[in-house]
Amino acid sequence: MNQEAFFTLTERLQGHLQGSECLFANLHAETTDFVRLNQNRIRQAGQVQSAGLGLTLIDGARQIEGDCTLSGDPAADLALASGLLTRLRERLPQVPDDPYLNYSTEPTTSNQCQTADLPAPAAAVEQLIALAAGLDLVGIWASGRLASGLASSLGHRHWHQSESFHLDWSCHLDHDKAVKDSLAGRDWQPDLLAARLAAQRERLELMARPQRTLAPGRYRAYLAPAAVAELLELLGWGGFGLKDHRTRQSPLQALADGTAQLAPTVTLTEEHRRGLAPGFTAEGFVLPPTVTLIDAGRFGTCLTDARSGREYDQAVNAGNEAPEALAMTAGDLPADAILERLGEGLYISNLWYCNWSDRNTCRLTGMTRFGSAWVEQGRLAAPLAVMRFDDSLYRLLGEHLEAIGAERELLLSADTYDGRTSASSLLPGLLVSGIELAL
Amino acid sequence: MARGQLPLRHHARTDFRASTSMAMSSDPLNELHAIGAAFSATAPKADYWTLRLVSATHEALAVRDDVAEPASLSLDRGAMISVVADGGLGYAATADLSPAGLRAAFARAADWAAVHGRLGLFAGYFHPRSRLRERYRTLVREPWDSLGLEARYGLLFDACQRLDIDARIVDRSAWLGHASIAQVLISADEGQLDQHWERVHCGLAATAHAHGQTQTRRGGGAEQPRQGGLEHIAAAGLLDDAERVASEAIALVEAPECPNDRRDLILLPGQMALQIHESIGHPLELDRILGDERNYAGLSFVTPAMFGTYRYGSALLNVTFDPTLPDELASYAADDEGTLARRVHLIRDGILERPLGGALSQRRARLRGAACARACNWDRPPIDRMANINLEPGEGSLADLVARVERGVLMDSNRSWSIDDSRNKFQFGCELGRLIEDGELRGLVRNPGYRGRSAVFWRSLDGVAGPQYRQVCGVRNCGKGEPNQSVQVGHAAPPCLFRDVEVFGGGL
Repeated sequence: MNQEAFFTLTERLQGHLQGSECLFANLHAETTDFVRLNQNRIRQAGQVQSAGLGLTLIDGARQIEGDCTLSGDPAADLALASGLLTRLRERLPQVPDDPYLNYSTEPTTSNQCQTADLPAPAAAVEQLIALAAGLDLVGIWASGRLASGLASSLGHRHWHQSESFHLDWSCHLDHDKAVKDSLAGRDWQPDLLAARLAAQRERLELMARPQRTLAPGRYRAYLAPAAVAELLELLGWGGFGLKDHRTRQSPLQALADGTAQLAPTVTLTEEHRRGLAPGFTAEGFVLPPTVTLIDAGRFGTCLTDARSGREYDQAVNAGNEAPEALAMTAGDLPADAILERLGEGLYISNLWYCNWSDRNTCRLTGMTRFGSAWVEQGRLAAPLAVMRFDDSLYRLLGEHLEAIGAERELLLSADTYDGRTSASSLLPGLLVSGIELAL
Repeated sequence: MARGQLPLRHHARTDFRASTSMAMSSDPLNELHAIGAAFSATAPKADYWTLRLVSATHEALAVRDDVAEPASLSLDRGAMISVVADGGLGYAATADLSPAGLRAAFARAADWAAVHGRLGLFAGYFHPRSRLRERYRTLVREPWDSLGLEARYGLLFDACQRLDIDARIVDRSAWLGHASIAQVLISADEGQLDQHWERVHCGLAATAHAHGQTQTRRGGGAEQPRQGGLEHIAAAGLLDDAERVASEAIALVEAPECPNDRRDLILLPGQMALQIHESIGHPLELDRILGDERNYAGLSFVTPAMFGTYRYGSALLNVTFDPTLPDELASYAADDEGTLARRVHLIRDGILERPLGGALSQRRARLRGAACARACNWDRPPIDRMANINLEPGEGSLADLVARVERGVLMDSNRSWSIDDSRNKFQFGCELGRLIEDGELRGLVRNPGYRGRSAVFWRSLDGVAGPQYRQVCGVRNCGKGEPNQSVQVGHAAPPCLFRDVEVFGGGL
């Protein structure tokens, strides 16, 4: 669905409003070609076209939400949406007043369209397969258009559209010995892909060596940006939300209370200004360019969505109370000095399946995965047998943090559970004096 | 059998007193039939195709700290077309169910089939052909609409208020959700599968805070999403369970930490569901074993050579794939490739028998599997999934298990799950622990967790309680696949005893 079709639909829908009713309409639409690969051949290929319209009907102190799937046919979609509106109107008197009802009454507008000259998906995948000849490549190609829109009967008009590709893949030896990479953006460069694959071929030579199995205990480690992203993604689950803090459920409660502190080199921000994700919320609030979540090791500002904003009388600065454009301030550890500074220990390229061991102490667990290696005398020595860690971020980002990488990587989320996402993170790697391995 | 005369499977018979009027007037299956029939009459030529039409309505209600969250109503409808042509297999998903919309989707699927034909991992004819004609409808005793929106909210306000028993409770919530999902799968070979599922899920959560410690306890059906209707609410104890949930949350913040050592472990059904899910269900998925998931969800420590001989667990371990049970979350007449669903043993007397693989994966692997090719919705293609994976009961009571433990801990209700990409090294955390000493239950311990290896853990199974202690639970967010898919699966188990397990508590 394009911008004109969405705004035309919502204007017509607003013509169906009665009395003092107010309507917010949100759109999330995508046309995506997905190609799944295994053994450097196509496992499953197809296209998904979807468009979901979300409606919030407000009358006085009451609100009710609904959504429906749009077909792309203007007349059919108007009938569908007006039918949903009627059902919401019928239900509205049956719901209680909502003391936390909160929406923007200032009719803001924005328009961001990021176009791209994307390759034909089949041609790009054919190039990939040719370039990866001889490799056991597994992964997913996704490309196409994403659109988010907001229109309200108060006059809000927002549109965010992007076209992009995202290739997320790994190359495998026996069993779990593998290296992972991803390539995403609006400019398809086969030469860049070829270079990445060449680097993977080189790294696979290391992975072919006999693996190193470690006993549980504490080890020096370098966590590459992709591994840091896994840690911080989990931290985003309750770490920064205002509601989690006010109900004492945040794993960063001690930090917020001032009874714990992270290293002064740790600064985390939510960077809406990056512009990859829509800069507006479903309730019509425009997001600030940045929110400082952790400032030089001390807790900064919570992420506050519309509902928490009303409940706790705080300004809205997020659509949801979890980061979607996280950034960590770079440090002073150059990429070419990482192995030397590590000396002996773990080079953790990726982590996997992180979850909380004890939220009260910000203690989490997870597994090493993909291309992680044992380092000796400042050199990659052997692939690492997968190991489970169980440690606290108060230590990994606190007393055990030795250095932060000078270069950062922009990591685009490959998540597609509710459609392709525009979430991203800009992160450096971390050198730690010890990480606790448990199994 | 002639078209339109679909056998009604005995295990899923609807209570027609409750549903006849709805079926006559607004049954979404009727609408989907009409769309499917129009498509079939003019379907483009291909070696084979399937059209899977889905119409779903979801409702969700919640009350938190005695304030209603906004009610939501979701209406979703769309189609997935799979095409076998030019030696390959392709798919296309669309919400445009007009004849022109479906033809356009068919063309896109055929285009991808041609690409797959040139660059595919396997030939398109591996896709199973289905002539199956079945129908399925969830057994519903009390229809969702028999209780109005106001009354549903009344129930949740009541439940939420019952959690308010002490100033140490800092967050309370009660929720109720319903899904009605109609699906019609038709095939080029005149197969037709009509399935209509209804699911209800309710629950409670209370969070207590004291002395710098926060603990959350859930109940009231939180671990027991089911197929069915409103009758599930009373059975799940949405109201009656509130005092226990809140009391246990408070008791947990006051309790000592779970010890860090090795001891015997009794898992109640709520945690057994997760243990089965992560370290039996996922490792047995055939697409993992075939390597499809290596870039995302991972592979498996299980290899094809193990089926038929490998000792997965002790002789007490009997695990079935059973989509025929009327009350479990993932019951159905046939999977999304059109294969008839039936109960099979995955593990019998501890020996691994067969993987969880649909017909397509079975052909690729040359192994027998199960009818488990499922898609989460119309916009995703089917892949190998769990359905209802159950650990079959043994003998005796929970008290009998406890009596056999000299030094142990009992754990219930999962709150943390993590396992390696081969589904071997795991670590799970529970909401509640209780020490066992000299055959008797003692005090609560907080932040209980345990870790181990799937390949070893199940061999330490030393007790399985009897059928009267079996509880049906479910997992509502089982994720895997590229593109990602989240499905609901059922797990039933009685309490089980494991010997000599590494357990731990919270703290730094």
